[in-house]
Amino acid sequence: MLLNVEKARKVFGGLVAVNDVTFQVPEKTIISVIGPNGAGKTTFFNMITGIYQPTSGVINFDGKSLIGLRPDEVTTKGIARTFQNIRLFGAMTTLENVLVGRHSRAKTSYLDAILHNSTYKADERAGLLRAKELLEFVGLLDKRDELAANLPYGEQRRLEIARALATNPKLILLDEPTAGMNPQETEATKHLIRRLRDDQGITVVLIEHDMRVVMTISDNVTVLDYGTKIAEGLPHEVRNNPQVIEAYLGRGAAAGEFGKTAEGGEAA
Amino acid sequence: MKHTASLPDRSMLLIASTIISGIIAYVMILQKNNIESYFVTPVVMFFCFNLYFASAWNVSRVAKIVAFVGVLFIGIPMIGFTNSLYLQVAVTICIFAAMSLGLNVVVGFAGLLDLGYAAFFAVGAYLWAIFGGTQANEFIAGNLFPLNGNLVFIFIPIALFVAAGVGALLGLPVLKVKGDYLAIITLGLGEVIRVLANNLNKPINITNGSQGVRIAPNPETSPLAFITVPLSEATGIPFFQMQLTMYYVLVLLVVLAVVIFTSRLDNSRIGRAWVAMREDEVAAQAMGIPLVRTKLIAFATGASFAGAMGVLYAAVIGFINPNDFNFERSTQILAMVVLGGLGSIPGVIFGAAIVVSLNQLVLVEISRVIGLLNLPPRFDPTQYQQLIYGVILISMMIVRPKGLIPAKRNPAKLENLEHGELAKGVK
Ligand SMILES: Nc1ncnc2c1ncn2[C@@H]1O[C@H](COP(=O)(O)OP(=O)(O)OP(=O)(O)O)[C@@H](O)[C@H]1O
Ligand SMILES: [Mg+2]
Repeated sequence: MLLNVEKARKVFGGLVAVNDVTFQVPEKTIISVIGPNGAGKTTFFNMITGIYQPTSGVINFDGKSLIGLRPDEVTTKGIARTFQNIRLFGAMTTLENVLVGRHSRAKTSYLDAILHNSTYKADERAGLLRAKELLEFVGLLDKRDELAANLPYGEQRRLEIARALATNPKLILLDEPTAGMNPQETEATKHLIRRLRDDQGITVVLIEHDMRVVMTISDNVTVLDYGTKIAEGLPHEVRNNPQVIEAYLGRGAAAGEFGKTAEGGEAA
Repeated sequence: MKHTASLPDRSMLLIASTIISGIIAYVMILQKNNIESYFVTPVVMFFCFNLYFASAWNVSRVAKIVAFVGVLFIGIPMIGFTNSLYLQVAVTICIFAAMSLGLNVVVGFAGLLDLGYAAFFAVGAYLWAIFGGTQANEFIAGNLFPLNGNLVFIFIPIALFVAAGVGALLGLPVLKVKGDYLAIITLGLGEVIRVLANNLNKPINITNGSQGVRIAPNPETSPLAFITVPLSEATGIPFFQMQLTMYYVLVLLVVLAVVIFTSRLDNSRIGRAWVAMREDEVAAQAMGIPLVRTKLIAFATGASFAGAMGVLYAAVIGFINPNDFNFERSTQILAMVVLGGLGSIPGVIFGAAIVVSLNQLVLVEISRVIGLLNLPPRFDPTQYQQLIYGVILISMMIVRPKGLIPAKRNPAKLENLEHGELAKGVK
């Protein structure tokens, strides 16, 4: 197992956001994590990447525990991620965003940078080459000098993937990579995610709301609801699981019919 | 890339304008005795505009170098021979430019609001003032001081490291807190250093308290005397005039070094990490950037520049007291950075030039006129510098938050890679 999570739990005050979730990711697979809004999916990612420390539980990556590591240390271990609300470095160019991703892999020290010595030059050249490759991979090479903040939405999402790849991950966590994309962009992103695994040998875990994406690219699907894992299995198994249907449709139907006014009343 | 391509090339215009200003300055030297002092000001401004054009216009590299070398190394010293006030101002500008370039690393690149930056300036300035003057005799027996002025060149690197160390020491607990807290803590630290300077005159007199420390000018042992004395004898230019010119060249070279230093950092893994951190801490950390360490490096870099410039300040000005390093000084340097453009190297230098000239030329001139008109002294604008910095900071935030010369990100140099570089292959 590349990633092995056992009984991970995260409590915010009185709220159990992630409730003793056990989750395993074999190497070179694409695993989807799905669940209704507020199910704890993003919190689960944040625990793996060290943004939150789990209240209890075990998280092992490549046989070593990630508990207590800072996010940058987790990245150095080989886990990269993208964010649900895009978090690019807006004032930097597309290419620079990718170069930042190489931070932990580059060797230039403070002194090297000032002296412009051979370490610096080799490092910069290697960085540029890798960045160029990655921008080509996500189809953004011709936008390399554009400021990240000025890219259209779909391209920003792809840039986040390129930036994450620049950290040379073994495992990449994608938080809703197709959110806000049109059908063509979604299709292209699906293709991209497959190539991550097939061409680059990277293991992918993604949170996704678009069921067409989930059903077609996942090797395995895990379903969270109110922080608890309620199902796990092959895409078609999960799709026909009554508990999953209830988690989605049951609440959806309730929200659609009589929940609407109740929710509206609550919000106001 | 698109933007620069559409601008007309103004290289010729810039060169012409530089030459014209040079001719005017030359005529002024010839007519030295017939020229009223207020004629000099517009010429100096003309020079400054040339520098601004060189940074802001779309001009070739050659034109840029002509303008910079022409104005900085020929024009300003020429003016200095007719009126040394301007040379003094230029020296001060250079010292503050180098210092604000250091603050620019902290505030502009790394996005850490530091309101106590003058503290590090104080560390360097006291270091030299105490040992370069007679003050050290108060607590070290043997009447060994003052040290030879040329030791200033050893004290500059010492101050660089001492200030970086002090910066790292103070920064370590501070940099774990976020944004506004950092501003308030650095504000407090800045005051602590000033209060220390004010009170470390007892039980042992280290800083001479509120009296400040003076380094007596001495043509024999002052910094660079080994060049200045023969030069002044050979040219017949009075020693102190010559010395000022040498100091000017010295601080100018220091600014040049600082520019190279910071722009190299900016274009490296470290500089990119700073900017990334400024843009989004969470994402930066997720990219493998250790936040505290990276902030600490920025903080210590800024501090070390201030420390080194403190040494030069003490050597060149020859007198310091605790009030040179108060909160007002910190806001003054911050105003230079914000006015010129956060993260913009040419902008920050320009900001330093404007703020220093405003203080030492414009306000002084206005207050002289007010004196002539017999207006009450409360109209004297030199009393209101703090207010002026406040107005600069606020109005820049509203009108031009990116500063007078906004920071530019460099376009990628992939083209070079494709021809040849790529063929070499990289592991
Ligand atoms: N830092 C926090 N402090 C307190 N509560 C939090 C925090 N982060 C998340 N939560 C809560 O934890 C629950 C799970 O949130 P999370 O963002 O993980 O859901 P999600 O499954 O990603 O939802 P979505 O599909 O809307 O992105 C929510 O109720 C949320 O309000
Ligand atoms: Mg989420």
